This record gives sequence, C-alpha cells and structure tokens, in this order.
Amino acid sequence: MGKRVAVVGVGMTKQRSSRPDVNGQELINEAVRAALEDAGISRRDIDAVVIGNMDHFEGINYVDTWSVDGSGALMKPIMKLTTGGTTGTTVAMAAYYHVASGLFQRVLAIGWEKNSESDTTGAIITAFDPFWDRPIFAGAVAGLALEATQYMHLTGATEEDAAYVAVRERRHALNNPYAHLHINLTIEDVMNSPYLSWPVKMGDMCPRTDGACAVVFASEDVVDEFPHRPAWILAVADRHLWSYTSDPYVNQALETGGWAPKEVYDKVGIRDPLKEIDVAELYLPYSFAGLRYMESLGFCERGGGPALVRSGATDMGGECPVNPSGGVMSSNAIGATGLLRVAECALQIQGRAGDRQVPDVEIALATGFGGCFWSDVLLMGGEMPEKPRG
Amino acid sequence: MAEERKELIKLESGEAEQPFRWSAGVYGSRFLTELRDNKRFVGVRCPRCGKVYVPPRNVCGPCFVELTELVPVSDEGEIVTFTVVGFGFVDPSTGKQKPVPYGYAVIKLDGADTYILHYLDETDPQKIKVGARVKAVFEEERTGSMLDVRHFTLLDR
Repeated sequence: MGKRVAVVGVGMTKQRSSRPDVNGQELINEAVRAALEDAGISRRDIDAVVIGNMDHFEGINYVDTWSVDGSGALMKPIMKLTTGGTTGTTVAMAAYYHVASGLFQRVLAIGWEKNSESDTTGAIITAFDPFWDRPIFAGAVAGLALEATQYMHLTGATEEDAAYVAVRERRHALNNPYAHLHINLTIEDVMNSPYLSWPVKMGDMCPRTDGACAVVFASEDVVDEFPHRPAWILAVADRHLWSYTSDPYVNQALETGGWAPKEVYDKVGIRDPLKEIDVAELYLPYSFAGLRYMESLGFCERGGGPALVRSGATDMGGECPVNPSGGVMSSNAIGATGLLRVAECALQIQGRAGDRQVPDVEIALATGFGGCFWSDVLLMGGEMPEKPRG
Repeated sequence: MAEERKELIKLESGEAEQPFRWSAGVYGSRFLTELRDNKRFVGVRCPRCGKVYVPPRNVCGPCFVELTELVPVSDEGEIVTFTVVGFGFVDPSTGKQKPVPYGYAVIKLDGADTYILHYLDETDPQKIKVGARVKAVFEEERTGSMLDVRHFTLLDR
C-alpha cells in the first residue's frame, strides 16, 4: 500500500524576461532555497530530487548533474525529466510517485528555464521529427494557431472570444508579484496586436520567461513536521496520443485533455467539475486554449467555451476562477510552468496566495500541456485522501 | 576588488554546428524515394483497423501491430487546418532566419487517414479555407525529403 502525499512547501523566483545576473543553477538555487525555507527544513532533510527543464533551450544536456550545487542534490538520488510543456507537471507527478512509493519521505521537485538563452521557436522545432515535422513546423506558436483555426471552424468561436481569455489572464497577473507580465490589456489591445501566426496575435500568446520553481512533497508519515496546512495530491493522470505534429488534428477536440481529467474526476468522485473544483491553475499557453480546454475539462459542453468565459465564471469571484496567478500567458519559463501550476494550487489550498487568493479553496486542479497535444492532470485538496491514487 | 562592476557577460555559441544523420526506416525511405523518383505519395495500412498512415510508420499505436502494406495515396487532398506564419525565427535545420510570411496547412491527402504538414502557395488567410482542395507541386531537383514538394497549391481560387 502506497503513501498519501502532500505539498508542504513552495518556492519560486520572480518570473522575468531575462536574468543575465544568474546562470541556470544559480536561478535554480533561488527557488530551492525559498522552498526549503518555506517548508522549514534544510537540504539535509531532502531524500531525493526530481528536476526538469527543456535542455535544448539552454543547450546544456546534463542538467541534473551540472546543477547539483544549486539544486541541493549533492550526494542524493536525482532524476531529470524533459517532457515539453508538461515538464513541470511531470516533475511534480514523479516527485509524487517517489513519495507515494514509500521509498522516500521528503522529495524536492524543481522546474526551471532560461528561455532568454536561445531562440525558443528554433529550439522547440528540434524536439520534433527531422523528416516529417521540422521542414515545415514553425514551433508552438504556429502549432497552436493550427488548433485555433480548426477550433473556430468547428465551433464558430471568434478571435474576440479568445481575446477575453487573454485579458482575463493578464488582469489576474496584476495580483501576482511573481508574474512576468504586469500589463492591463483591453480586448481592443489584443485585437489590435499584430498577428504572429494567423489567427494568433501577440496579445493571445504567452511570453518567453526566465524563472524557476521548487516544491517539497512529503509523506503522510512526516507531514506533521511542516508549518503549513498540507496540500494533498488526490489523484494524477497523464495521457499521450500522437507522434508527429500533424497527427493531433485528426481528433477534433483535445482528447488527452479530456481523458486525463476524466480519470482523476472518476477516481476522486467529481461529477460536476465547474461547481466542485474551487480553483484551477491550467496550462493555457495561448488564449484559444482558454476556450477549448474548458470543454475538454468538462467545465461546459462542446462549443460552450466562449459563453462560459464571457459569463465571468472563470474570473476571480466566479464559479471556478481560472489562473488567479495570471497563468502561462503571463509567465512561461517552460520547465517551471507546470510546476508553478501545482505550487499555485498548493498556496490556494493553504490560504497563502495573497492578493490572488480565492476564498475557501478545498479542491484545486492543475494541468500541464505539451508537444503533440499531450496532457498531465493533478487534482489537489485540503483533506487527506482515503488512499494514494496514481 | 577596487570597484564594483555591473557588466554582465554573455557567451555566444557562434557558428557552432552539430551534424546528425537520422534514419528514415524502411517505410519512411519508401515514402521518400517514391516522392523523389516518381512524384508519388504512399501510405502504410494497418491490417487490423484499416487506417492508412501518412507520414508512414511501421506500427499502429492503438492496435500495436506491425504495418507492412504500402498503399498509394493521392497528391491531392484537402486542408484540415492552416495558419500564416508572420513572426521571425531561426530555422534549426539551416541556422538561418526562416523567410516569412508563409502559409502552411495540415493536409489530408485523398486515401490517407492521418495528415501531413506542408506549405501553401498563399499568404492571405482570407483566401484560405478549411476544406479547400489542394494539390502538390513538385520541385524539379528532388533529394528524398518532404521539401521535394515545393508547396501545395489551392485548386479553387
């Protein structure tokens, strides 16, 4: 029988466009020291470290060993994970598995990126197949633009519907001192911003960010040692479906982003996610995702994303606020991004989210999204679950 | 130190190159040689579910069986979805800025069940439609690459 697992400490750097004052492991160290201090423990208390980034963004290929001074992993078990946009959520899930296995009691999860150190689109292209993808594929911006075109064609959604999401995310970020973008955009600003890859405009897209995040996971056996309310992992799931970047459009919805949430909902007994989930920190890399993924997550019917967002249900004070932190569209240090979703959910459950706090959070949803439209989902809560769920 | 220095140093990777030699595999090679030598597209059919994969691969993920049956597919098809790329970026295959703008699409070739990516000969998004018919235009000099097709041309203008 595995162990139940909670997040007991979080640390994050301020997310910024460029951090030339630190190298990668120095940036990692800022987040790690913050997380250890937050959990009230020292490096010696950590049993194992899971770290993740997209190593081709920095061009350094042994990040796990290269960073041991900064990460605190000196002479400890360490594992590196690289799964694209989901890297940070995959790191969180792996840290969860480590602790849930019963082999480790306190595990440090780290996600980081210095996107300022390379051409992000060029680096992303090298994650894909040299024969079938690379000659034509124009990275995440264009891959998402293909999704947006298909979504608008299938549902009748408009660019202005998407702009509502872009404005919401940036408005929420104004409450988050750690967010990269602090800009009060209007619908008109988004609509008037230049096209990066039609129909996706500058205002619809996430920034490139330098930043790191670290999270301490602890076993039910030691959770009382820590100062904060435990933020329990209730269930996790991930789903992969396709190999090549032209494949996912065969499915006319984000299928992995539907199956993975359904699995965690079923395990935990969530029947009406919009009502039962108190806050969601979602991997929305661009505005149209904030429409389409509402449908995949079961927050509304197919094609209902625009009406749901325009109703205010996903704003602060709404039925289920989405991304009180400002989300990925306000900060995207790619390896850190998914882990920030988990960290933000923990802060919400612990009542420590400051100006971005949603009142009385008991159930929180974190997601990751990446590459060929694959999905990670973590459901978190304030009450210890009956059992650990994989 | 005599005085505090504020300068922060960056190291450029410069003209560094790291060449690779990738394998296309048996079916990928058949696809590319057909394209190069005969200006024809081929796919691979799953013996269990019947799905025709283009680009080719030797395993059907859902059925998890080996694919061995090559089948011809058309050099015409339809646009599943599209974009017009306007932002500049470094093409990692060449190390140079990709020329923009360019239109590209997810294309379903007639007879295929999965899709390919390719350029369109149009950069005005208002003139491109989901469902529009397209046809491959081949390069004169072909090397065994997806770029042996110059682009797909819109048939109904």
